[in-house]
Amino acid sequence: MFQTVALSGSRGERRLFSDVSVTVKPGTLLAVVGENGSGKTSFLRMLCGLLSPDGGEILWQGNNIRKLKELYSAQLTYVGHLNGIKDELTPVENLKVSACLAGDESSGGVVQKALEAVGLGRSVHRLPTRVLSQGQKRRVTLARLWLSTRPLWLLDEPFASLDAAATSYLTQQIQSHLSRGGMVVVATHQEIDLPPDCIQHLRLTR
Amino acid sequence: MSQPSLSEALRGVVRRDLLLAMRHRSDVAMSVFFVVIVASLFPLGVGPEPAVLRTIASGVLWVTALLACLLSLGRLFTADYLDGVLEQTLLIPQPLAVLVVGKVFSHWVISGLPVVLLSPLLGLQFGLGGDSLGVLTLSLLLGTPTLSMIGAIGAALTLGLRGSGLLVALLVLPLFIPVLIFGAGAVSNSLAGIGSEANLSLLGACFLLSLAFAPWATAVALRIALE
Repeated sequence: MFQTVALSGSRGERRLFSDVSVTVKPGTLLAVVGENGSGKTSFLRMLCGLLSPDGGEILWQGNNIRKLKELYSAQLTYVGHLNGIKDELTPVENLKVSACLAGDESSGGVVQKALEAVGLGRSVHRLPTRVLSQGQKRRVTLARLWLSTRPLWLLDEPFASLDAAATSYLTQQIQSHLSRGGMVVVATHQEIDLPPDCIQHLRLTR
Repeated sequence: MSQPSLSEALRGVVRRDLLLAMRHRSDVAMSVFFVVIVASLFPLGVGPEPAVLRTIASGVLWVTALLACLLSLGRLFTADYLDGVLEQTLLIPQPLAVLVVGKVFSHWVISGLPVVLLSPLLGLQFGLGGDSLGVLTLSLLLGTPTLSMIGAIGAALTLGLRGSGLLVALLVLPLFIPVLIFGAGAVSNSLAGIGSEANLSLLGACFLLSLAFAPWATAVALRIALE
C-alpha cells in the first residue's frame, strides 16, 4: 500500500499543493489531474523521491520512503516528462540498457517483443532513435512498462503525443498491471478508459 | 520486484556511455587533436632550443592534459540531464556514488586515456629521453583519473546553469593544482636525475583521496541539481 500523509510541496516561493493525503491500494490507479502548472509533475517527482516535500510524508507499506531509499526505488518504475532515452542509440539498445539498469530481463528477444507490443515494428528497431517521431520516441520509453516487474508505476503524462492505437495498448497494459495487484499513479489531462471502481482522482488546484 | 546487482548497474552505465562515445567518435578525436595541437604550438612559439624545450616539457604537457579534461567535462552530465537519463539514473536502486564512479570511468576512458597513450609521442617532441618519457606516461596515468574525479564535482555543481563552461573552469582549475604540481614535478625530478617515486606516490594518494570523496560529493550535487 502506498500513502501520502499531509503532503505539501512548493517550487521556489510558490506553494503548489498542501495537505494532500491519499492512499493507493493494490490494484488501483490514482489519476492526478489539474491545469498546466498546478504541480502534477512536481507531485510525481516527489512520489519518486527526486524532490523533497515541504511537509508531510510519503509512506510505502507504512515506512517513510526517505528511510527506505534504494529499497523504495526498487519498487517503482517512473516514466517522466522527459523520455530518458538516448537519441544516438537504437530503440533496442535503449530498451536493453534501461531493462538492465532496472534489473529486468534484457535479452534481445524480450526487448523486441516489448517494442512490438507498443506497436513499433521491426523496421524501426535498428534505426537511431533520433530519426523517430515524437510519438514513436514516447512508445520506446513506454515499452519499459512491458518489461517492468515492479509494483508501483508513476507515469507523468504517458498519453502525451500517442495516437489512438498506442493509447489503447497502454491502457490495456495498465489494466493488466492493476489486475496483477499493481499500483499506478498517472498525471494526465485525459480520461482513462478503465472501470471506475479502480480509479480515484486527485485534483490539484492553483 | 526487480533489482539490478551493483555490478550489473555499474556495467550498464559504463556500457551505455562507451556505446555513445562510439557513435560520437569525432568528439573523442577532437580532444586528441586538441592535445596534439596545443602541445605542438609551444615548440613553435618558444623556439627549437632542446634545453629550453626539455625544461618546459612537463609543465606544458600537464597543463595540456588538464585543459583537455576541462573541455570534455561539459559532456559528462549535460546530455543525460537534458534527455532525462540522469533522472532515471538517480532512481536506479544502487548507491548513486558508485554509479558516478562508472560515469567518471567512462569519461576518463574517452578523454584521459587517449592523452596518456599519446603522451610518449608528445614527450619525444619536447626532447624527453627514455626514462622521463616513462615517468611522464606513468604520472599522467595516475593523475588523469584524479582530474576526471575532481572535474565531475564541478560538472555536477554547475549542471543546468547558463554559461557553465567558464564557471566549471573557475571551480575546478584551482583544485587541479596539487595534481599538476606532483605530476609535472615527477617529470622534472626524473630529468634532474632525482628519483620521482615521491611525486608518483603523492599522485597515487591524490587519486585514492579523490576516489573516496569526489563520487560522494558529485552524487550530492546531482541530487540538488535535479530538485
